[in-house]
Amino acid sequence: MKPQLSPFARGLFACAAVVLVVGVADAAFHDLLAQNPFGAPRPAQAAEPEASGIIGWLLAKQSEFYRQMSATIRAAKTDGSAVWTLLFISFAYGIFHAAGPGHGKAVIASYLVANRETARRGIALSFASALMQSLVAILIVGISAWVLNATAKTMCKAEGAIEIASYGLIALFGLRLVWVKGGAFIRALQAAQPMPAIAGVPHDHHDHGHHHHHDAHDHHDHDHGHDHSHAHAHHAHDHVHDEHCGHSHGPMPSELAGPGGWRRGFAAILTVGIRPCSGAILVLVFALAQGLFWAGVAATFLMGLGTAITVAAIAVIAVSAKDIAGRLSGARDGGGALFMRGIEFGAAGLVLLFGAGLLLGYIAAERTTCF
Amino acid sequence: MSMRALFGLLLAAVLMLAAGAASAHPHVWITATSELLYDADGSITGVRHAWTFDDMFSAYAVQGLEAKKKGAYTREELGPLAQTNVESLKEYAYFTFARADGKKERFNEPVDYYLDYKDAVLTLHFTLPLKTPLKPKQLMLEVFDRSFFIDFQMAKDNPVKLVGAPAGCQMKLERPNDGTATAQKLNEQTFMDGPNANFGMMFANKITVDCP
Repeated sequence: MKPQLSPFARGLFACAAVVLVVGVADAAFHDLLAQNPFGAPRPAQAAEPEASGIIGWLLAKQSEFYRQMSATIRAAKTDGSAVWTLLFISFAYGIFHAAGPGHGKAVIASYLVANRETARRGIALSFASALMQSLVAILIVGISAWVLNATAKTMCKAEGAIEIASYGLIALFGLRLVWVKGGAFIRALQAAQPMPAIAGVPHDHHDHGHHHHHDAHDHHDHDHGHDHSHAHAHHAHDHVHDEHCGHSHGPMPSELAGPGGWRRGFAAILTVGIRPCSGAILVLVFALAQGLFWAGVAATFLMGLGTAITVAAIAVIAVSAKDIAGRLSGARDGGGALFMRGIEFGAAGLVLLFGAGLLLGYIAAERTTCF
Repeated sequence: MSMRALFGLLLAAVLMLAAGAASAHPHVWITATSELLYDADGSITGVRHAWTFDDMFSAYAVQGLEAKKKGAYTREELGPLAQTNVESLKEYAYFTFARADGKKERFNEPVDYYLDYKDAVLTLHFTLPLKTPLKPKQLMLEVFDRSFFIDFQMAKDNPVKLVGAPAGCQMKLERPNDGTATAQKLNEQTFMDGPNANFGMMFANKITVDCP
């Protein structure tokens, strides 16, 4: 299918694929182990550190901030100024903690890469999902602990249910992306069959006089493919023509960010944001026990803000990396387009694998506790 | 497809991984004291733990529990919680790993377990009987959570006590490093050890008893 690949190149390609798969499997495996015997909210994924000194330092830092929180909340009971300290600690904790697993970083990054989103939208999605995470944590504790005076066991069960829903959503979301992106990838594969004579035809979206209308069709397909899988079926007949077309060129990011873009983004926000951070739940319950629920709420929002900053930074890196990859691969020729569709397809697959891994991991963990 | 394209793919793969992989940090802290129990003939029969949870987790655990006197939970009121705790701990091998002269030893289910609530923190007491009482030259006991969800620290004062041990037995306790040392230890070697590396191991509290 890719006659221009040298054996060495193919080897590298295989390596990259293996690295991705192992990485995901690894994350899923660790989630299996991430069971908590005492029924506290489980950590997002108790992944072992793919460590460097920096990660180790992050680990030490977030532990430090997290541990200071309870003492600061206690202090805030008598000393109002301690609240400022609490807010600062929460913010710093959010920044460091989001560098760890969970918080939908991987999902958001993969989603952005798969959907050719802009960095700006990546930032917006990160903030929106972090805000939702905070709100969900506050609602869970506010309703179950404060209003209903439920036990930790009940809260843990509620959280478990939300967790399953969240992982299921990620898997579904990934499935849809895979469906859409897989179609685009397969078409790119077909289009990548070298047809030098036609491959030389310049882009012209309005060239209706052209026999095959190929550019226009291709364009259409990509534009709608993100949202509606039925768009494939609708445009499927077009691709018979595309077979003879060496061109495959995606829409500009600005075109994607138009009306309807937010509806699409909402799925990502919901998917990622529905699962609260375990640390936030513990902080909120503790604050409630101290009679300072509002301080816990404020701390939770600041944690969310810190989280959003880190996730946004990672989202921007992911989008930039893909842009660089696109430029490196010279997206102009058929191979480059195929390469980019391949990356998008891979990113879509990652979302699905994350979802499935988390879901299966959770089911394994569910046997255990909650009290 | 060019070499550059492949390089780009590798770069993207690495970045994806970097985004997905990172480390957890503990959400529960336990300050532990342990007693090693010996019977009359000098063989070790089990371990008695007292694990004090941090205040944040303690508040979480007692949330919504009924108490006759507000903020003071009696042993009886905490009974069901203690029951759940020890039952749940089974899956984690009670975070207690024993070796007698290098050979792995197993524990029976906990006995004499209860929770205390004092100064707003919970302490879980339980005794782990060894499946077979032993009389090894060297006993090694490690207490840690391999997933590092729980951070175990042996108490500052009298962390380990030998109860009824034969004269001449020597106890040694090795504590895990503190946070800064941990940061330094998480180097490439950890990475090389791969997914099966026993991450929590480096946070293990290692008790060694040598008897003549």
